[in-house]
Amino acid sequence: MAYDKFTVLKSSAVPMPIENVDTDQIIPARFLKATERKGFGDNLFRDWRYNSDNTPKKDFVLNNPIYSGEILVGGKNFGSGSSREHAAWAIYDYGFRCVVSSFFADIFKNNSLNIGILPVQVSPAFLDKIFRAIESDPKTELEVNLPDQTITILATGESEKFEINSYKKHNLMNGYDDIDYLQAMKEDIRVYAEKSIY
Amino acid sequence: MSSSPATLFDKVWDSHVVRKIADGPDVLFIDRHFIHEVTSPVAFLGLETRGLKVMFPQKTFATADHNTPTINQHLPVQDPLSANQLRALEQNAGKYGISHWGLGNPKNGIVHVVGPENGITLPGMTIVCGDSHTSTHGAFGCIAFGIGTSEVEMVLSSQCIMQPKPKKMLIRVDGKLGKGVTPKDVVLYIISRLTAAGATGYFVEFAGEVFENMSMEGRMTVCNMSIEMGARGGMIAPDETTFNYIKGKDKAPTGAAWDKALAYWKTLKTDAGAKFDVENHYNAAEIEPMITYGTNPGMGIGITKHIPLAQQAGGSKATYEKALDYMGFHEDDAMLGKKVDYVFIGSCTNGRIEDFRAFASIVKDRKKADHVTAWIVPGSHIVEQQIKDEGILDILTAAGFQLRQPGCSACLAMNDDKIPAGKYAVSTSNRNFEGRQGPGARTLLASPLVAAAAAVTGVITDPRELL
Repeated sequence: MAYDKFTVLKSSAVPMPIENVDTDQIIPARFLKATERKGFGDNLFRDWRYNSDNTPKKDFVLNNPIYSGEILVGGKNFGSGSSREHAAWAIYDYGFRCVVSSFFADIFKNNSLNIGILPVQVSPAFLDKIFRAIESDPKTELEVNLPDQTITILATGESEKFEINSYKKHNLMNGYDDIDYLQAMKEDIRVYAEKSIY
Repeated sequence: MSSSPATLFDKVWDSHVVRKIADGPDVLFIDRHFIHEVTSPVAFLGLETRGLKVMFPQKTFATADHNTPTINQHLPVQDPLSANQLRALEQNAGKYGISHWGLGNPKNGIVHVVGPENGITLPGMTIVCGDSHTSTHGAFGCIAFGIGTSEVEMVLSSQCIMQPKPKKMLIRVDGKLGKGVTPKDVVLYIISRLTAAGATGYFVEFAGEVFENMSMEGRMTVCNMSIEMGARGGMIAPDETTFNYIKGKDKAPTGAAWDKALAYWKTLKTDAGAKFDVENHYNAAEIEPMITYGTNPGMGIGITKHIPLAQQAGGSKATYEKALDYMGFHEDDAMLGKKVDYVFIGSCTNGRIEDFRAFASIVKDRKKADHVTAWIVPGSHIVEQQIKDEGILDILTAAGFQLRQPGCSACLAMNDDKIPAGKYAVSTSNRNFEGRQGPGARTLLASPLVAAAAAVTGVITDPRELL
């Protein structure tokens, strides 16, 4: 599925300073019953966001109007658990294009990159600085610069480099995905398959 | 192939690389692809949108499990959304010529149970599925891991995925396991030591006396939960136990093909002197029956222990307190004697015949505690039949338990098998996340023996007292 190109994103951010945010919190299993990729944003963080009678939980950050933006900032080990890509779809569909954490679970990171969300891994100290900057001013803006691989707290100018391999970077900046690449190398795959014992 | 000493993981990975991309992922060929009703429909839609075909339909196997009822499977599925997903799987499999073991098929069951028990899973394979517990198949010396739906679409259309090669971790457990200590306890112990993110970025090889002496069912339980320490997957070198398990299975090779395969499988082990990025060594004698007290699988302790204080647990204090608050527990609480409302035995972690034998060994000649609701869910129809053939069903029935029909069930509560809010469930499944078994449900992960002890006493009980 095509996604918008990612180059430089300047936005305020939504803070979620909780560790081990797992994919069952991001999108509970009972909302995985669709056969199309539609409407997952409505159920993002469903059980943290809504009471059992579907009224919003006032103390949850997504229900607090002072926080907004296209960047979600989470605690360590964000996205652990299930392989459901629906978690990344829900985050994207809600309107986030970038998730910042000091540590990501592997499958979630892959899924995000595959659908056009940029996972930015920062040091624990820088993550702390971001949380503090948002705490002192909820409207504070971050700049995520993919070509330069930097994330900056604009109010203070504090900045950090982040890692991404050049293949994925190229894909995100151009809106390409792996399927395009694999389709172009099918002859090599066929040759490999010929010698496979399975 | 390089002549320097290689790990099992290197041997299998390197032999499956179709292309290496500079400063990018490897293009990895996939030998077996399992699909189920929940994570495949959007991948098939993607194929249609792009006008692509399935490149090797004979390498993909479909089974319905996540979203299926565990009672009255002969009747139409009540939930229209679930029925729709099951129908989509059947239609997509039919359209593209993929083997499909849907609801009612005698081969149906949980994907990670039916693959091995039918000989689809063989040593040295690369195996993927849109399910994180695909790591289960690592028990056969496979590189097996969960993938997202975009990657399901890649495998359907090109039989490859693109993955950076993970780092390598060795986990050795030597010594002898004590009475009542099962493979589930071994893996919960390892996760409690490493934390739920301790192996993120790594592929694990489990080695040592404990795994050498373990059955295939036990090895599957261990590899199944390697994702719960954050690992991409976990694997165990195939040996005589593995070969004996596979021999005679429905889709296993026979005759000359068996001999050829066996000769190859015997090369699948880590060479002396091969290097891992990290090694962790544990002593089997230190492991006791385990139980979790929090909201990730790393929050586990020996069943006789007390819940750690926040400062002992490590990590953020706020996160720790949030977890205990959700569970309704307090620091320094004893686990023994806590009341249990539900018991679930089943799932891709502990839904195999050995698990029901263990459960029955404690339940035999005892009665289910009156206030406990127990859901006993075999991993497949083949397991269900074994339960009947071995007389385990008679033991269960005499003790007041009922057997349900195969599926993922209360492990992820996608179907109607949901633990009510606030209730405590001792569960042989793999995740104790908030709401995993139903909104507000409180999960205590444990072995089938601990689950059985809870089911007959109604409280958390050391199973060693009942053996």
